[in-house]
Amino acid sequence: MTLSFEITISRKPGLSDPEGATTLKALHDLGYADVASVSFGRVISLDIEAKDEDAARRLLDEMCSKLLANPVIESYSVELAT
Amino acid sequence: MKIAVVVFPGTNCEHDIAHALALAGGEPELVWHTDDDLSGAEGVVLPGGFAHGDYLRTGAIARFSPVMNEVERLATQGIPTLGICNGFQILCEAGLLPGALVGNVGLKFICTPVTLRVESTDSVLTSAATVGQVLKIPLNSYEGNFVADDIKAIEDDGVVILRYSDAEGQTRDSANPNGSTNAIAGVTNAGGNVVGLMPHPERASEQILGSTDGMVLVEGFVESVRSVRV
Repeated sequence: MTLSFEITISRKPGLSDPEGATTLKALHDLGYADVASVSFGRVISLDIEAKDEDAARRLLDEMCSKLLANPVIESYSVELAT
Repeated sequence: MKIAVVVFPGTNCEHDIAHALALAGGEPELVWHTDDDLSGAEGVVLPGGFAHGDYLRTGAIARFSPVMNEVERLATQGIPTLGICNGFQILCEAGLLPGALVGNVGLKFICTPVTLRVESTDSVLTSAATVGQVLKIPLNSYEGNFVADDIKAIEDDGVVILRYSDAEGQTRDSANPNGSTNAIAGVTNAGGNVVGLMPHPERASEQILGSTDGMVLVEGFVESVRSVRV
């Protein structure tokens, strides 16, 4: 079957995120003083042929650690798209 | 003394570094990224540019080019291996150097001469320089901001070879053009034979370019290639 996933790649907390810092400042300048932090990541939409969700997740885990995310600076999560 | 200068689709500084290596007495040879046999290479350079369009992350796709198996093999054997700018990003992605390079603080592409302080001479790139020496070398990157998940380990290991500084050799925020953690501009591996830096020494290799400060690094690298062979 074909399964659709959304993979979210996030910068590990504490690492430099100039885009997040700049956007946080812009939100504060607009008066949204309650915003405590902003960080950027990326979402990868991916369709995969697999016998079941577990099999697909095992492969996606491998793909994330090998290529899609850089484990030195990024973490990732995999969600089945509805 | 053959130095393999690896060209990926999108590499654009290969002729500049080949010219500088030849000025320093090296024997550069351009090799394509699909080349899976670098036997005979006594040094390796990954030049600057935008390998594979910088898609996904800088260096992320290039790191799986066929030639990289050979680069890893040679680097592991102790062969001098240098990554400049995009080449530095590729070596980090390949796990041959610690850390990673992300977008500059200020979100601007930076193309300007910067000053660097030599932190250590225990590497194939800085072996001919002196600790504390200040070099003026052009920087040309968007993703030049050095980060790492364990910066303390990198500092404790003493693998930082170059830091951004002012002309007097002092590190301060206003002399750190891209926001790199601890102003780190270049690092080496534990063995000192794999090195990476964001600025371009080949662009400071002749007086007509405005500075010859890069040549102490290029000459050091060529000399390291020569001495490793012997």
